[in-house]
Amino acid sequence: MILNGVAIDDTFAEAFGMKATRIVVTARNLAWARIAGVSMTGFATSVIGCGCEAGIERDMAPSETPDGRPGVSILLFAVSTKELTRQLERRVGQCVLTAPSTAVYAGIAEGDPLPLGKQLRYFGDGHQISKVVDGRRYWRIPVMDGEFVVQDVTHVTKAIGGGNFLILATGQDEALRAAEAAIDAMRGLPGVVMPFPGGVVRSGSKVGSKYKALSASTNDAFCPTLRGAVDSALDAAVESVLEIVIDSVTDAQMRAAMSAGLRAVCALGAERGIRRISAGNYGGKLGQFHYRLRELLP
Amino acid sequence: MSIVLRQRTAVALRIDLVGLAPQQLAGKSGGEIARIELALGRRRVALGDLFDVQSDGGGTLVLQTLGDQFDRIGAGLAGGEIRVEGDAGAYLGLRASGGRIVVTGNAGPYAACGLAAGTVEIGGDAGDFLGAALPGEHNGMSGGIVLVRGSAGARAADHMRRGMILVEGDCGDHAGARMGGGTLAVLGRIGARPGYAMRRGTLIGLGAAPVPAITFNDCGMHRLGFLALLRRAWADVPSPRFAALERADVRVRRWVGDLGFGGQGEVLHWSA
Repeated sequence: MILNGVAIDDTFAEAFGMKATRIVVTARNLAWARIAGVSMTGFATSVIGCGCEAGIERDMAPSETPDGRPGVSILLFAVSTKELTRQLERRVGQCVLTAPSTAVYAGIAEGDPLPLGKQLRYFGDGHQISKVVDGRRYWRIPVMDGEFVVQDVTHVTKAIGGGNFLILATGQDEALRAAEAAIDAMRGLPGVVMPFPGGVVRSGSKVGSKYKALSASTNDAFCPTLRGAVDSALDAAVESVLEIVIDSVTDAQMRAAMSAGLRAVCALGAERGIRRISAGNYGGKLGQFHYRLRELLP
Repeated sequence: MSIVLRQRTAVALRIDLVGLAPQQLAGKSGGEIARIELALGRRRVALGDLFDVQSDGGGTLVLQTLGDQFDRIGAGLAGGEIRVEGDAGAYLGLRASGGRIVVTGNAGPYAACGLAAGTVEIGGDAGDFLGAALPGEHNGMSGGIVLVRGSAGARAADHMRRGMILVEGDCGDHAGARMGGGTLAVLGRIGARPGYAMRRGTLIGLGAAPVPAITFNDCGMHRLGFLALLRRAWADVPSPRFAALERADVRVRRWVGDLGFGGQGEVLHWSA
């Protein structure tokens, strides 16, 4: 399949079942809500080294949030509910509780409960106050700028992590421009986050390493500088490869996001230096979700 | 669909209407409803002796009363709607766990006493011990919403545990006494010793500044985040006066107390 001069590999992205939750962080203004959100989702690029993958799903207007203030919707993904609980508590406690004027609310109303303010309330040292409004329990924790309002629990849902595609371009500038176009098209779509820096990965990995201590190492088949040294997947025209990794709440949301990103890359076409689009997988034996690139296009 | 009970003549004695709920009357004919026995003092009388009955099989129960002799209207109500066109007696909505009760007139003492869920709307005034606990009990209202368009008597929200009481008019003395949680908000004046012996909970005065006892400490003026959540909840209450506060962004004066009883409660003055 060739679209706008871009070859689409007959391959698939292999994704995995994960556990996810959504929270809503509000603040006095959108700038501070974003600061809290960025801080909380920092160092959350990969479950391998960060414990969870997280990102800001979208900005929220005051009319959409529980307290009528501007906010951001945040998605967190982890391999287990236990790890998700630990990451959520630690990140909200260190990055949102500490951010001026913020409040935190559940962004998912169904599923098993996940402690949110349930443990954080003890920061109040006995001065915390419980308030049940419309059947939902909130905690009011006295802090130095007033009070921190946090909902007692959010909820956990099944989710998908590791959807991906690779952009193969004639140069770094071309690959970067295409990756930015893909992220622009995908950012803000419901239920998805691209957890890597700016949504883009330049250090795609393969399973295993020559070093016993490492479980993953550089994806040498897609490293342009190794084209003559290894069993390369790249032809002579490709000088740079970037990967987009996507986590989503549902299968349909993953398909919609991947489709939007792929279309944006194809729209740039061969004229802008895009040669091929491929995807990362492990032969289809590890992940329960397979996303065939050609089924997501045109 | 409704069942309409229209009182024919005034009576001097009190009448207990416990058990007279939409679910119990659903599917009964007018004749069957008229034969239901009620306690009138020490005697038992047929409902049809006091009321004209119109029934089309169920739905809202409408009580058209001539006085306030009818006690325990909606007691134990779990669902459905009761509409009282006139006054209600004591124990309106006692320990109700759902549904909606609307009274166009006044309600007697102990209205919404032990309410667990659902809504109670009183168009006129409410008597003493609104949303309180029964004498000898320690838990008053534990959920639901009570709206009083007139004023409430003394000891409103006494021993209240959870839920929300909104009073558009004034509140009598000892409002929020012995509260263990929940919210009592009053648009008018609040009587003497508000929050007396309260352990937790929130008493909000939106009219004249309440004067808490000396066992409350003034914590100053603040913009409290949880008030935004309350305002959102008030937007759904059928009270234009409370709903109008939805967009308010206010600072409130906060007293904490009762320090003789743990001091985890609060009295707020909100200059709306």
